[in-house]
Amino acid sequence: MTENIEKLLTTRYGLADSWTLEVAEKHGAYKTARRALVAMQPDKIREEVKKSNIRGRGGAGFPTGMKWGFLAPKDDEEVYLVINADESEPGTFKDRTIMDLDPHRLIEGILITCWAIGAHKCWIYVRGELQFSIDRLDAALAEARKAGYVGDRPFGMAYPIEIFTHSGAGAYICGEETGLLNSLEGKRGEPRLKPPFPANKGAFGMPTIVNNVETIASVPDIIELGGEKWSGLGRLPRDGGLRLYGISGHVKTPGVYEAPVGITMRELIDVYGGGMLNDRPLKAVIPGGSSTPVLRPDRLVDAPKEDHPLHEWHGKSEIDVPMGVDTYRALGTMLGTCCAIVMDDSVNMVEVTRNLMRFYKHESCGQCTPCREGSGWLVDVLDTLCTEPSPTDPRGKIKSEQDVELLVDIANNMMGNTICAFAEGTAMPLLGLVQKFRDEFIEAARGGVPESTRHDDTTRSLVGSPS
Amino acid sequence: MAFVLSADRDRQVDEIIARYPERRAALIPVLWLCQRQNGWISEDVIGWVANRLELSTAQVQGVVTFYTMFHQHPVAKNVVWVCRTLSCDLRGAKVIQEHLEDRFGCHAGGTSQDGKFTLLKAECLAACGQAPMVQINDDYFENLDLEQLDRIIDEHAAKEAR
Repeated sequence: MTENIEKLLTTRYGLADSWTLEVAEKHGAYKTARRALVAMQPDKIREEVKKSNIRGRGGAGFPTGMKWGFLAPKDDEEVYLVINADESEPGTFKDRTIMDLDPHRLIEGILITCWAIGAHKCWIYVRGELQFSIDRLDAALAEARKAGYVGDRPFGMAYPIEIFTHSGAGAYICGEETGLLNSLEGKRGEPRLKPPFPANKGAFGMPTIVNNVETIASVPDIIELGGEKWSGLGRLPRDGGLRLYGISGHVKTPGVYEAPVGITMRELIDVYGGGMLNDRPLKAVIPGGSSTPVLRPDRLVDAPKEDHPLHEWHGKSEIDVPMGVDTYRALGTMLGTCCAIVMDDSVNMVEVTRNLMRFYKHESCGQCTPCREGSGWLVDVLDTLCTEPSPTDPRGKIKSEQDVELLVDIANNMMGNTICAFAEGTAMPLLGLVQKFRDEFIEAARGGVPESTRHDDTTRSLVGSPS
Repeated sequence: MAFVLSADRDRQVDEIIARYPERRAALIPVLWLCQRQNGWISEDVIGWVANRLELSTAQVQGVVTFYTMFHQHPVAKNVVWVCRTLSCDLRGAKVIQEHLEDRFGCHAGGTSQDGKFTLLKAECLAACGQAPMVQINDDYFENLDLEQLDRIIDEHAAKEAR
């Protein structure tokens, strides 16, 4: 079924040594960058990117063309490009494939983008764990420098472009663009108050564009095909092109797949994910990274009014709505990174919630009280819920159904009260999970979570160990 | 013993500083160089880095404590991170962690009885489609079963013995 679908980003993935300049160039790399730098005016490139309707691939889905349009550097200011390769959102593992298998596509996109936005310097901020990706990128950059594509005169043009990788050191919050900029500057990765936005005052106080790896890797194809044609490859209006989808959890063939914008979650699971693992029933799916509220296949779209953006799918399952930034917003969730976590009927949703909230507790940067305290408090309450009632364990003793309301209350008080969107990213999935699986939370409040579905490891003693 | 970066790595520090308009931006890359040499970020390392980059020790300390990959205590030659976030947990990460705990004779957060491995729990390592997985030092090992895991641990233990 997937044979007819055009591929762009992943066309070189399967080639032997696809990450080398020789192989990449033999299969089209740098052709577009050469043409763009030699023969295209920057405003023409920006125009094509705008026409492509590409929505940022990092999770927020902001129109890239519009973001570039916010730049208005003063005469004495230098413009910088920063690539966000801090891929850390649970469930998300797509950008890694570009860096590992086709780093030259990213470099080509950077060259075109630098020319288009007037930047001479670019840093690729890669999460510290991805040493393999950093090494691949550094090797590719060395090749591109040697070939004269990166450096003082890319393709012979008097327009120097320097590109460096920059390693993080383990902090999810550095994927937030202003946290990333602080980290790049050698500081704690704490997000900044906005405004000013990075386009006015970004890295080192200069106007800066921060874009996701996949977004920039798509730029060569957009320029090659023309914005309009590229946009038309997607199935939705105002949300263009092909994109990378990830799928993990209980499916037969987890992985990263390229497909048009606007396929449905059912297609992603059945066609690309190969269907459910062991053919068990689908219980729930987190659609685009852990911060996006959960979907249930047995939940139907309720949009009887004709002017509702989802009216066309009224009465159908949530997982039959096309995956797009706007459609998913209308559905009460978010498209996020388009990397789905699929769960079968063996999973306890309270335990899932606890797993995710532990992540957020661990990763909250701690600047804002509602987020720092709230994320920890949520875990405390969930720990209580998951424990079986016991007259001797103080945790198990005191819980009640009110604890479920307490979760909702904590989450509601985190949202809108912090510097960045991390608190929303914590509260929204929690609220979605409680809303859609309330019966399981109530059950846990009464009797805890069955031992067989519990995933905590705090009390275990070790086999054969003296302790 | 006071910490000093090797001459070879020290040359890299100058190259790194030149990549940025501000000297301070070299901090995280330079901390990485130091950790690769010293194994962890000791008080001496912090002092040396602060001096080299013209920062206060408080500024360096603040950064070291923010990022989970900088070890603030000595660790074994091999650091094993087990991803326990949702996608990995759905595919058996708990079993991976427990197997390693039994084999090493320590809980996550501790060092194995033979001193060769430090075991740590990780939050999502962006390998969700290849779950379950562990990271050992710089390398990812994905789509694991226990047999493969034991083989990988054996290899690392042997490498360390040489």
